[in-house]
Amino acid sequence: MIPELGEYSLILALCLSALLAVVPLVGATTGNRLWMSYARPLARAQFLFLGVSMACLVQAFLSDDFSVAYVAGNSNTALPYYYKFSAVWGGHEGSLLLWVLILGGWTWAVAAKSEDLPLDIVARVLSVMGMIGVGFILFTLLTSSPFERLLPNAPAEGGDLNPLLQDFGLIVHPPMLYMGYVGFSVAFAFAIAALLSGRLDAAWARWSRPWTVVAWAFLTLGIALGSWWAYYELGWGGWWFWDPVENASFMPWLIGTALVHSLIVTEKRGVFKSWTVLLAIFAFSLSLLGTFLVRSGVLTSVHAFATDPERGYFVLALLGISIGGSLLLYALRAGHVKSESSFSLLSRETMLLINNIVLVVVCLMVLLGTVYPLLMDALGLGKISVGPPYFNSLFIPLMSVMIVFLGLGTVARWKHTRAGQLVEKLWLPALLSLVTGVAVSFLAGESFNVAVALAVMLAAWVFFSQLRDIYAKLRSKSNPVAGLRALSRSYWAMQLAHIGVAVTIVGITMVSVYSDARDLRMAPGDSIGFGPYTFVYDGVREHKGPNYVSDKAQIRVMKDGTEYTRMHPEKRFYNARGNIMTEAAIDPGFTRDLYVAMGESLGDDAWAIRVQYKPYVRWIWLGGLLMTAGGLLAATDPRYRKQARREAQRAKAQSEINAEGTTA
Amino acid sequence: MTPKRKQRLVIVLAILVGVSVAVGLALFALSQNINLFYSPTQIAQGEAPRDTRIRAGGMVVEGSVLRASDSLQVRFELTDYAETVPVEFTGILPDLFREGQGIVAQGSLDNQGVFQAVEVLAKHDENYMPPEVAEALQASGKMPQPEAEVFNK
Repeated sequence: MIPELGEYSLILALCLSALLAVVPLVGATTGNRLWMSYARPLARAQFLFLGVSMACLVQAFLSDDFSVAYVAGNSNTALPYYYKFSAVWGGHEGSLLLWVLILGGWTWAVAAKSEDLPLDIVARVLSVMGMIGVGFILFTLLTSSPFERLLPNAPAEGGDLNPLLQDFGLIVHPPMLYMGYVGFSVAFAFAIAALLSGRLDAAWARWSRPWTVVAWAFLTLGIALGSWWAYYELGWGGWWFWDPVENASFMPWLIGTALVHSLIVTEKRGVFKSWTVLLAIFAFSLSLLGTFLVRSGVLTSVHAFATDPERGYFVLALLGISIGGSLLLYALRAGHVKSESSFSLLSRETMLLINNIVLVVVCLMVLLGTVYPLLMDALGLGKISVGPPYFNSLFIPLMSVMIVFLGLGTVARWKHTRAGQLVEKLWLPALLSLVTGVAVSFLAGESFNVAVALAVMLAAWVFFSQLRDIYAKLRSKSNPVAGLRALSRSYWAMQLAHIGVAVTIVGITMVSVYSDARDLRMAPGDSIGFGPYTFVYDGVREHKGPNYVSDKAQIRVMKDGTEYTRMHPEKRFYNARGNIMTEAAIDPGFTRDLYVAMGESLGDDAWAIRVQYKPYVRWIWLGGLLMTAGGLLAATDPRYRKQARREAQRAKAQSEINAEGTTA
Repeated sequence: MTPKRKQRLVIVLAILVGVSVAVGLALFALSQNINLFYSPTQIAQGEAPRDTRIRAGGMVVEGSVLRASDSLQVRFELTDYAETVPVEFTGILPDLFREGQGIVAQGSLDNQGVFQAVEVLAKHDENYMPPEVAEALQASGKMPQPEAEVFNK
């Protein structure tokens, strides 16, 4: 009964989003305020019914209702309740329902938080989101309903959740990632609304900025969590594989990062307007492309879900309609947009333009590397794969260029900066980062390493140029503490996110260059030395978990002759599917991780063991957290609300004058 | 030309140069990093190049896995049920590496015709067969039945 209720309320949500897609938009076009005012209640009702639908699916999982095909395929009575809960999005159907629920959530949030915006803009934005809702709810209902029954022969026991997904990382990673992916639909909706209304001014940039930056922050967090999950759960200590599915989430992030920056220029200076709209369209289109790549089964990947060509065609059709439609609209409308100001070659505008160009180029490179094998295969030119060296050899130099301009852009002024001014401000940070890079490279390894020196220089360059900018802001103030307080919240947000970039660079460099890994055969009593640590293998004993049995090894780690810690890697056997899983043991630390994983049994209590030393690996995700914090902080800047209110009043006054003009 | 137009020209030229350099680099990097897939039949017939990084895939032959007693060296055979290719690998094999399982190995062919693998991939799903392997098996007409219905579902 309850699954049918879930399906029914999903159908209701579809009807509501269809109304949302049409009624307010017609109202906005014809100037009918009553029809426009339907947008908010419809958005609320749509979210309510999507929530009911999701609650029904959660209930089916928690009560082990194996007559529902999706539950039977992805759950098991022996599964702990928190994994039953996260199993809701452990497969294709449920994760799609989560996708539309989050879309409904964003739509509701726009409806609730837009009281300061002119009604016609709200109506258009919510209508566009309603259209996206129609597409994806239809996709869920027609090709992948999670509520389909296995009747009358319901199995007594479920097929279990993939053991790889029975993990804390998977409880939080997909919702965060989807919050980001789907969040870009808000920026997209604002862009389309601006094109439809023909009012492509600084105001729309200000309205969509907080939404975009929140979505970007969630996407950043989602990608960082995914990387962390791969690191500890896939068992081999890698944290980024340039896997097509990782790329699918990374491409919207790259464009989203460009968008966050170009929105600043559009808001503050009134230039790059049509470019910003284009980026908003691309960011969401790449989110859709990512969905297509992951859902259609065209990829060979550890992440890819079950394959079904019908689903692939459906998402491809959605992709075609939304990209084609929005670009057509863009071509019709964006041509008339005029810049409100000009800028010289040496200015913050130019620096941010370079940031945008580099990010877009990097995104194209990643797209090429991801889609090229698919194209070759589709054209029958052979099966190929593109290796990580391709991505690394392009990503690293291009991003390095961007990092140099990051420092320049922070201290440069809007409109025009004298070259002498830049030199005067930046000679010291440049010198300090040069020294830091060389010094770190000498101290960190046994010999000088050019790559480390250059990368640390870049990280230090970001750090010192940010510091220099704070100093410049305080120098004129008589009271430095009060000066610090007076800096706006979005300024601190920028600082935080940029420092996050520096931290991530340090992490990536250190772990890529100074990691040490050894695979070896270990019998009880064997030991291996790793710098100051000695790993002693004590043997294996059997261990019983809630839904698995495992061989659990004990490894004592000695430091300078005394016992430092004990590590317990496991080899698990999951009963329901008969899967074998490696569970690595990690001793985390701020400057290094110790990582031990078991390979296979070699007989006589001997095992193949991989021991790894991972310096500064945590910094990669710490940087991601700092960027996320920066994004969220920027979105809460009270300045947005104040300015939005002021503008809305002005717009309202304007429209009243117009209305009076027509009646008179 | 007005100064403004001149400035625009500079920007447009800079973008053009930048993009063409980037595209050139990308194509070069791509050409250096493409790994072609070969089936055991293609390798046995000498179609695969030697000492070049390639990928090979097929089913692990039952009873062919031999481990060294004192190191992590493994030797096994890969088949598409038409031809078999010997593979050598040193290191830890993935959890789902089993005899009779479809795998993809990355590495190169040495002069003795042995595939020296540097990486062995097997997916974490017992019903999964890498699409390359499935296609190679279909090409050799040796797709296992009736399990084939379960594959890639």
